Amino acid sequence: MTAGLWEHWVLPGIWITIQLTLYSAALATAVAFGVGMARTHRLRVVRFFAAFYTEIFRGTSALVLMFWIFFVLPQLAGWALVPMWAAVLALGLSYGAYGAEVVRGALNAVAPAQREAGVALSFTPWQRMRLILLPQAVPEMIPPFSNLLVELLKGTALVSLLGIGDVSFAAYLVRLATTESAQIYSITLVIYFVIAFVLTRGMRALERKAKAGLGQQPETGPGLLRRLGRRQTAAESGTIVTGGGAS
Amino acid sequence: MNNGSDKWDWQAVSDFMPHFWDGVLVTLQVLALGSLISFTVGLVWALAFRAPTRFIRWPVGLITEFIRNTPLLVQLFFLFFVLPEWGVQFSAETTGTIAIGLHYSTYTAQVYRAGIEAVPVGQWEAAKALSLSYARTWTAVILPQAIRRVVPALGNYVIAMLKDTPLLASIGVLELLQRSRLEAAQTFQYTEALTVVGVAFILIAYPSSLLLRALERRLVR
Repeated sequence: MTAGLWEHWVLPGIWITIQLTLYSAALATAVAFGVGMARTHRLRVVRFFAAFYTEIFRGTSALVLMFWIFFVLPQLAGWALVPMWAAVLALGLSYGAYGAEVVRGALNAVAPAQREAGVALSFTPWQRMRLILLPQAVPEMIPPFSNLLVELLKGTALVSLLGIGDVSFAAYLVRLATTESAQIYSITLVIYFVIAFVLTRGMRALERKAKAGLGQQPETGPGLLRRLGRRQTAAESGTIVTGGGAS
Repeated sequence: MNNGSDKWDWQAVSDFMPHFWDGVLVTLQVLALGSLISFTVGLVWALAFRAPTRFIRWPVGLITEFIRNTPLLVQLFFLFFVLPEWGVQFSAETTGTIAIGLHYSTYTAQVYRAGIEAVPVGQWEAAKALSLSYARTWTAVILPQAIRRVVPALGNYVIAMLKDTPLLASIGVLELLQRSRLEAAQTFQYTEALTVVGVAFILIAYPSSLLLRALERRLVR
C-alpha cells in the first residue's frame, strides 16, 4: 500500500469514523436519556409513546433504517439530509433506543425508598429525577453504555455502504487500487479494534470516577480479559442485547 | 409503474411481494444456519475459556475479543475478498452465513460462560466425588444445567442476528434488503419496497422478543 492511499483515504477515513462515532453517541445519549426518563413518567400516555419508540427502533435493522432515511425520507419529506447527518441520525436514533432501555433499567434499579424519601420531602418529580435518581443511576449506566458505544463504533462501518468515506470505505477503495485484500482489511480490523480499546478504556476511567463519587469501586474482570479492557456482556449486565447493525 | 412519485403506491407493494417472500426465505435460511454456527462455535469458545492451560485460554480470549470488537461488515468483506485469494471459494450466501455465525459466536460464548459460571461449585465437586471423567462431567452434569439458563439470552442474540442479516446485501446475497434494492433499482420507487422491509423486521423481531421474555420467565429461576 502506498503512502498516497494511506494519506488520502485511510487517515481521513479514521477521522470520519471517529467523528461519526462521537456525533452519533451524542445524539444517542440525548435520545437515551429523554426516552428512558419518559419511560418512568407518571403519565401512561408518555410511557406508551416512549415504549413505542424503543420497540420500533430496536425492532428494525439499523442498516435498513439508514437506507430508509437516505432514500425514502427525501421523497416523503421533500428535503434531503447531507449523507453524514443522515447516517448520524440513523445511528443516533437506533442506538438511542437501546440506550433508553439502559437508562430505564438503571432508574428502576434505584432503591424505591429513595424515591419515596423524595416524595416525603415534597420534591417535584423533576427535582427527584435530578437530585435523587440520576446521581445514583448514572454510574450504573456507564458499563452498558460502554458496550453500546463499541457497538455504535462497529455500526458506523455501515455508512460505507452509503458512500461516506469512513475507514471501511477507504478499505474498499484501497482494495480496488491495490487488488490486495488481506492486507488492507487486516489493517482496518486492527484500526477498529484499537479505537474500540481506547473507547472501552475511557469508559472504564469514567466509571471509576463516577463510582468514586458514590463511594463505590467498579468490579474487575479476570486476567487477560481485564487487561484488554473487557466489555461487559449483556448476559452479565442483565440489561439488553443490541443488534440491528450492531455489527 | 409510475415515475417514482412522492405518494404511497400500493401497486408497487403488491408487485414487490413475490420478491419479498423469496427474500424472507433467504433471510431466515441465513439466520437459521448462522444461529447454528454461533451456538456450536460459541460453545467451543466457552469450553476453551475454561481449558486447563493458559496457552489455550489466552489466545482464545484474544481472538474472541478481537472478533467481538470489530465490525461485522468489515469481517464480511474480509472473508468475501480474502478467502478466494487463499483458494477457498464459497458462494456469497455461504460466506455471509459463516461471517455472521462466527461474529455472533463470540457473543454466545460470553452467554455460555456466564451460564457455566452460574452452575454451583457443588456440582463440580459432586462430579469429582463420583470420579466422572472430564468429558462426562461436562456433558452429563455442567452443560445440561448451564444451557437451560442461557436459552433466552441465546434467543436474544438470534434476534440481534436477524437485524444484522441486511449487511449481507453488501456482498450481494439476495436477502430482504437486497431484494428491495433491486426492486427499487428497477422501478425507481424506493419508498414502498424499503418501507415494507423495514416494517417486516419489526413484525418479526418484536413478537419474537415478547416470546423470549415469556420463555425467560419460565426457564430462568
